[in-house]
Amino acid sequence: MAAMTQEEQSIKELEATARKIRLLIIQMLGKAGSGHPGGSLSSTDLITALYFRILRHNPKDPDWADRDRFHMSKGHCCPLWYAVLSTCGYFPQEKLWTLRKLGSFLQGHPDRRTPGVSVASGSLGQGLSVGLGMSLAAKLDRRDYRVYVLLGDGEIQEGNIWEAAMAANHYKCDNLCAMLDYNGCQIDGRVEEVMKIEPVVPKWRSFGWHTIEIDGHDMPQILQAYEEARMVKVKPTIIIAHTIKGKGVSFMENAVDFHGRAPTKEETEKALKELEG
Amino acid sequence: MAEALYQRDIYGQALVELGKQDENIVVLDADLSGSTRTSVFAREFPHRFFNFGVAEQNMMATAAGLASCGKTVFASTFAMFASGRAWDQVRNTVSYNNFNVKIVATHAGVTVGPDGASHQANEDIALMRIIPTMHIIVPCDGPQTREAIMASVKVPGPFYIRLGRSKVPTIEQKGAFEFGKAQILIEGKDVAIIACGIMVQEALTAAKNLLQKGIKAAVVNVHTIKPLDEQAIISVAKQVKGLVVCEEHSIMGGLACGVEEAVSSACPIPISRIGIKNRFGQSGEPAELLKEYQLTSADIENAAVHVYQAPHP
Repeated sequence: MAAMTQEEQSIKELEATARKIRLLIIQMLGKAGSGHPGGSLSSTDLITALYFRILRHNPKDPDWADRDRFHMSKGHCCPLWYAVLSTCGYFPQEKLWTLRKLGSFLQGHPDRRTPGVSVASGSLGQGLSVGLGMSLAAKLDRRDYRVYVLLGDGEIQEGNIWEAAMAANHYKCDNLCAMLDYNGCQIDGRVEEVMKIEPVVPKWRSFGWHTIEIDGHDMPQILQAYEEARMVKVKPTIIIAHTIKGKGVSFMENAVDFHGRAPTKEETEKALKELEG
Repeated sequence: MAEALYQRDIYGQALVELGKQDENIVVLDADLSGSTRTSVFAREFPHRFFNFGVAEQNMMATAAGLASCGKTVFASTFAMFASGRAWDQVRNTVSYNNFNVKIVATHAGVTVGPDGASHQANEDIALMRIIPTMHIIVPCDGPQTREAIMASVKVPGPFYIRLGRSKVPTIEQKGAFEFGKAQILIEGKDVAIIACGIMVQEALTAAKNLLQKGIKAAVVNVHTIKPLDEQAIISVAKQVKGLVVCEEHSIMGGLACGVEEAVSSACPIPISRIGIKNRFGQSGEPAELLKEYQLTSADIENAAVHVYQAPHP
């Protein structure tokens, strides 16, 4: 058997990290007893690749002025963010078990108390504007950091998203990259049934964005998309990532029910067994 | 007659002054920069001014993003849209994060005039008061507008500064402005008239007329609605027989509400509220509207006589 190339080895490592992040998400939600597993699992690969291969950041200096910014606009998927931050070393892993508990810095939706979180979120539709503000600040200060914003597919039903989309093109925010976790489910059901968002790609193109469509669980495609986004000039980029809600746990996959419900004790054990493989 | 100034002219000038002192000052508007006078800053510092078009929600959330990177952000539009249209953005993304976003809202209250109810924000103070980290200033005239703007950059966190559309007469001899401290403009031991914004001038006129009726009315300018100078208000309340609280705003949720919350346990006395009584506005000239909504010095006078003569426990 031919030896793996360095890149293949690196992809394997990223995939292993993503598996570990998924395990942490299930453990956290199982202990917390409430929260949003579906969207956390569907965007795990996007955010793992971002933090472990793309983002310029320093867990020992969360407020570093030149750091790349990441903002989770779909704040309900914070179990993913918390798992990634603790794995990067922003705070000890045992803190994860305080999720949603009174006095914890791991609130039910992102909060500035968490090391590595610089802007709270949770009320949907506002995070692309936050990223726009960060992008404009970089330009004013002549800093070369990049800004990444994770959006949900149900979230782009919010009008504020399109106000921000219009302005990011107007102000030529080429340091801004949005990632759309297109898993097709929202709380009330399938996105196409609740409120159709298609055609998604032409919508963003008509708002002046560079669009990249990928399989959001394919690490080489994810890394390639982030690299392509970095090369785009004069306009912002959105990576439209086709994903599977609940990805990685068979009985959570494409199950609308797991948008906003934590697994029971039995489900948690079953899910962990699957992920540990 | 004292000079009359547009508060928003003073705001535009103050922004330029601040812009010269501090590179981190950034100004945002939502297609009303000519009316709010942020256009004055835009001419001087075009690269630090961002117009978002008719999109107030985006303006407020973007202000938060800029502030998260160390900018002091002034965001302006009409009071109706700043407080109402973008309330969630102001609550969740600006204020919950306790960011340095200074919202300067113009065209507040019924004196917007002919534009009518859709543009007359009579609820904005209430909407902003209930947000935990928010600071609120309602300056009474032109010079105090400058002082409010300057104070807002010295105190960290979000501000809501409420300005009117019309020219307002300058009130002489107010004493020094101190953020968070009420100004006692006239001492009086019979009743106290507590006012903010354009109602301060009406209160002074009422006090003068009351004196002719033998009633000595104190006049207190409460420019800082939040944090409220409860100590000064309670101390005034303890010296008089009743209070009249005046604001060009709904009688619900605004200054009167704050005053009642402060005095109801410390020193319960009769309080009359001069303000908009559970109504929407309508088109008309500012003076006509003040009369229609019972916001004139004559209305204050009547209320003062009433609380003065009210039976006391």
